[in-house]
Amino acid sequence: MPSLGTSFGRGGATTFQQDLQNADCIVIMGSNMAENHPVGFQWVMEARERGAQVIHVDPRFTRTSAMATKHVPLRAGSDIAFLGGIANYILQNDLYFREYVEHYTNAPVIINDEFADTEDLDGLFSGWDPEEGEYSVESWMYDGMEIHGSAGQREQGFKPTKGEASGHGGHGGGLLHGEPPAEDRAMQHPRCVLQLLKRHYARYTPEFVAETCGCSVEDFVQVCETLVANSGRDRTSAFVYAVGWTQHTVGVQTIRSAAIIQQLLGNIGRPGGGIMALRGHASIQGSTDIPTLYNILPGYLPMPHTESYGDLDRYIEANTSPTGWWGHFRAYFVSLMKAYFGENANADNDFLFKSLPRIDDDNSAYWTVEQMLQGKVKGYIIAGENPAVGHANGKAHRLGLSRLEWLVVRDVVEIESASFWYDSPEVESGELEPEAIPTEIFFLPAATHTEKDGSFTNTQRLLQWHWQAVEPKEDCRSELWFYFHLGRLIKQKLADSEDERDKLIKALRWEYPTHSGIQEPDAEAVLQEISGQEIESGKFLSGYPELKDDGSTLCGCWIYSGCFKEGINQTARKKPHWEQDTYVADEWAWAWPDNRHLLYNRASADPDGKPWSERKRYVWWDAGEGKWTGLDSPDFEEDKPPSYVPPKDAKAEDAIAGDHPFVMQADGRSWLYVPQGLEDGPLPTHYEPHESPFGNRLYSQRANPRRQQNKDLAEDPYNPVADEPGADVYPYVVTTYRLTEHHTAGGMTRSVPYLAELQPQMFCEVHPDLARDVGLEHGGWATIYTSRSAIEARVMVTDRMRPVRMDGREVHQIGLPYHWGKRGLITGDSANDLAHMALDPNVHIQETKAFTCGIRPGRRPRGADLPRFVAELREQARSRLEASVAEPPMSGRTSRTPSAPGGRREEDPHVEPEEARKPAQ
Amino acid sequence: MSVVETKRPDGWESYGDAQKERVGFFTDTSVCIGCKACEVACKEWNLIPEDGRVWTGESYDHTSQLGANTWRHVAFVEQRKPLQALLEAPPAPGDRTAPSAAPGGDGSTALRWLMESDVCKHCTHAACLDVCPTGSLFRTEFGTVVVQQDICNGCGYCVPACPFGVLDKRHLPATTDPPPAILGRKEDGRVWKCTLCYDRLKGGHEPACAKACPTKSIQFGPLEELRERADARLAKLSAEGWNGAQLYGRDPEDGVGGFGAFFLLLDDPEVYGLPPDPVVTTRDLPEMWSNMLAAAGAMLAGVAALTLFGSRR
Repeated sequence: MPSLGTSFGRGGATTFQQDLQNADCIVIMGSNMAENHPVGFQWVMEARERGAQVIHVDPRFTRTSAMATKHVPLRAGSDIAFLGGIANYILQNDLYFREYVEHYTNAPVIINDEFADTEDLDGLFSGWDPEEGEYSVESWMYDGMEIHGSAGQREQGFKPTKGEASGHGGHGGGLLHGEPPAEDRAMQHPRCVLQLLKRHYARYTPEFVAETCGCSVEDFVQVCETLVANSGRDRTSAFVYAVGWTQHTVGVQTIRSAAIIQQLLGNIGRPGGGIMALRGHASIQGSTDIPTLYNILPGYLPMPHTESYGDLDRYIEANTSPTGWWGHFRAYFVSLMKAYFGENANADNDFLFKSLPRIDDDNSAYWTVEQMLQGKVKGYIIAGENPAVGHANGKAHRLGLSRLEWLVVRDVVEIESASFWYDSPEVESGELEPEAIPTEIFFLPAATHTEKDGSFTNTQRLLQWHWQAVEPKEDCRSELWFYFHLGRLIKQKLADSEDERDKLIKALRWEYPTHSGIQEPDAEAVLQEISGQEIESGKFLSGYPELKDDGSTLCGCWIYSGCFKEGINQTARKKPHWEQDTYVADEWAWAWPDNRHLLYNRASADPDGKPWSERKRYVWWDAGEGKWTGLDSPDFEEDKPPSYVPPKDAKAEDAIAGDHPFVMQADGRSWLYVPQGLEDGPLPTHYEPHESPFGNRLYSQRANPRRQQNKDLAEDPYNPVADEPGADVYPYVVTTYRLTEHHTAGGMTRSVPYLAELQPQMFCEVHPDLARDVGLEHGGWATIYTSRSAIEARVMVTDRMRPVRMDGREVHQIGLPYHWGKRGLITGDSANDLAHMALDPNVHIQETKAFTCGIRPGRRPRGADLPRFVAELREQARSRLEASVAEPPMSGRTSRTPSAPGGRREEDPHVEPEEARKPAQ
Repeated sequence: MSVVETKRPDGWESYGDAQKERVGFFTDTSVCIGCKACEVACKEWNLIPEDGRVWTGESYDHTSQLGANTWRHVAFVEQRKPLQALLEAPPAPGDRTAPSAAPGGDGSTALRWLMESDVCKHCTHAACLDVCPTGSLFRTEFGTVVVQQDICNGCGYCVPACPFGVLDKRHLPATTDPPPAILGRKEDGRVWKCTLCYDRLKGGHEPACAKACPTKSIQFGPLEELRERADARLAKLSAEGWNGAQLYGRDPEDGVGGFGAFFLLLDDPEVYGLPPDPVVTTRDLPEMWSNMLAAAGAMLAGVAALTLFGSRR
């Protein structure tokens, strides 16, 4: 969540679903909340019942649109244009919440005069290095301020090696002083953020939006009017998004666009406002807080890498923000080391910092698959994931898995990622022969959530405990059991090792009480360690302000500190909201940080600490008591008065003024403009998707220049795009999604009869006009194809799919749910087999929400005919492209990838002038 | 007394002191999000078998209809109509909190997707009860209609008697122990339908579907209270200009004496596959019986006369 992290300070939803009932307008975009978060959607319905406007902006008319007061169809992948248009509407008509913007955001801050906008450089920001394909960010900084590790990309400024820089959490911070050196409160200075924004968005007129997004000017303006009319002192509007925004090569910047709108309208930190980030499934928030990611440690502490740091002090120095709550970085890090290593980590050995593993490369999921395909990965453990179905380009994943030495799959059923070696499209086509696959595959049955104790961290940062209901059957075991005993056995095997590399494992504290016949570790003991304790007394910590940097406290994740305060499992509290005083219901489970439900809630009061209005009161300054009070735990130091002005050399939170609510940011303000922390620019800019039938109406730079592409990967060929010859082989826009009835890659639902029968077959959704043009019959079969693969699906002809009109032509959008695979009660082709692996540069996420495809009636070819069919179409596209290119530059690499299409031609001269003339690499 | 003359459920009053308040469902389709949690919760609680994995192409409805193995069914209807009709009076000038009423330039609002969770109506006058020869179907103390599986012999008289097509025989091997006495294990053959979670009611719980519904589209409670709630709801929706909002089965004067489980629909019942004017199929039975008796009497008299006179001959 670097977008929310860099904008506001924490990489999580700023609000909670129950608070949506207070909204006067809810914009749901990039989310199909009614279908994918049906339980939380009750609060949207509640808001609607109270008279709120519910606007759904989405390429498809979904069950969410059916409940909305307004549905606006748009072209998949054009979200930034739409949102930028809203920002422009607000700025051009001076409709922003002036007092909020002036005091709480960085709008008045003056930016470095070397900064150049995409409007100046035809789609690139200043600092672009065409050799490296990366930005250097010095010119993006605040005027008169030097760069400092911070925010999402702490490593920025350290010249990291490829890809590893991407922080996944991105808390804010990172400026050397609390207050920016130069600002213009009147917000008139030509280089102040507000004026930069105005110029940046000036061309995002309603007409531009309509032409780019394929919606009507009227619809667009109506959304702007509704949003503005329902924001201000007395009214608030909320944004809701999910993976419909994230799964793009510009996903992070799309969310940033919403952050800008909500700052301009003064909707952050206030009831009924905020940005509700809906997560893909249970505990996805938890899996970034206590990460399953390679580049951060628990609590968003950056993973050290090989080149940047020497000793602990340098690491701490590089990551500590002098001002704001990141000023206590050493305490967070040292307490984590104490949780990991106990007595073995102490001040004399730098708390074992030097022995910690280092990142030396991109180790994200897609990059690892690329390495697998090249035979560079020996072993792989898959748990809670089904990449053979759930990841973009399933074929590349299955081929990658077939080149491992060993593979461990832990799941509740035998998923496709475990069965690919004998049951997959590649086995059918003869591309894989079971006998010839060297991979040794271990399938380990997993216990379900009803068979174990533990907690989920839900979409709104709420840790909710669940108890075991039944013993797991036979060999099924919990994740906790698996990793605890794996660690125990590894430690046992290494007990006598003198190797330096084994030192860290030997030093691990690995003592958890176990119970029952299977020796299940005590999950509460783990939660206690996460919450933190004073080592000497064993006293449970009540929150992160109690963490010490001298090694006297331990804490497994500083932002979770206090979830076991007073020795009570706070996450196990289950008092329903109707038995509590307010709808905030702070006695139900526990929200990080500090059981705070609505983040940055100091902003619900005006600079003087009074509620902006009676109707929207939430947290305010009680002058009599001399403290902040209200409906929620104040996200501010309880006794810091609104009038507080930090002394000159103040450090950490003491450097945050009393009227600056964004306490994680070094300057205490939310960031309209992000001077550092993002890979692809300080402001969101409209780019076309990696694969799109259209060129960029704004710039000759068509797509995100910083997106990650697998240019040399034969298994991931791209479709020709825009006006390239051959693009007409794949003329339609395709978007993938989920249905209420199934869960992600389907492992947990295709095997359940009651769910399988509710959506029993893979289908595609098409508009009646497309069906007529192509000859598709409702209820019949269609074959959908890209450069990667072809799949078949039953045809659902429906008005709910909308064609869009652009550049004088109508372009159809095809909808594909992605739940199916070869296993389970109901089987079908996987939509993700069609998708490519070009990625967002900040979080390495795939672009499955907008790419291109072709469609024709009938079932797909079987067996070896399938890859042949796909290759023929690729050749057809490529030959058209080649015919159009004068030079005959068949490079050596091309022969290695005989089936690659011509789609790699990068159209923009900024990026790689030589590549641009090559038909293929 | 004709069965349609009372507004009380037939048979309910025989409980005397054991009679409980009549309860039922108010299914408000204007807040149904089509999540089908009701279908799944019903099946899980009542241990109903899977109903076949058939892709129907009927929008997102692959269950198609109520039956022995589906006691809650969510219908999906795609329409080229706006959800809310244009209000007579546009919002007051200057009131910018509501969007201008005009639909989008491309007519984008002119589409709606109706969803409705259907269920046994638990009729005030239930023909299924009237025709059941074994007494398997009975009126509970809550005023609901339930099949007793240990008594049903699978005769199937109730199946055509239901004006809604709710009652249905299970054509699957029997899974209960012991298997149905006459029918054996090979095919269950008995009639199964919504019990309004009779077992849960007895335990003081609301039915599983209502419990699972995330948006309160399915509301459970005392019927009189539900009717009041529904009237208020309809008034609100009508004032807001909702297209086609109407109550279905709320009226105790209708052909089945009102439903124990009634609905707020957003279009005419037939759009959802529901009969527009259901009538208890046994309404005319007393009259039919008396006619038949009269005819039989006449016939007997004739036969007797023939015999009498014949013997004299």
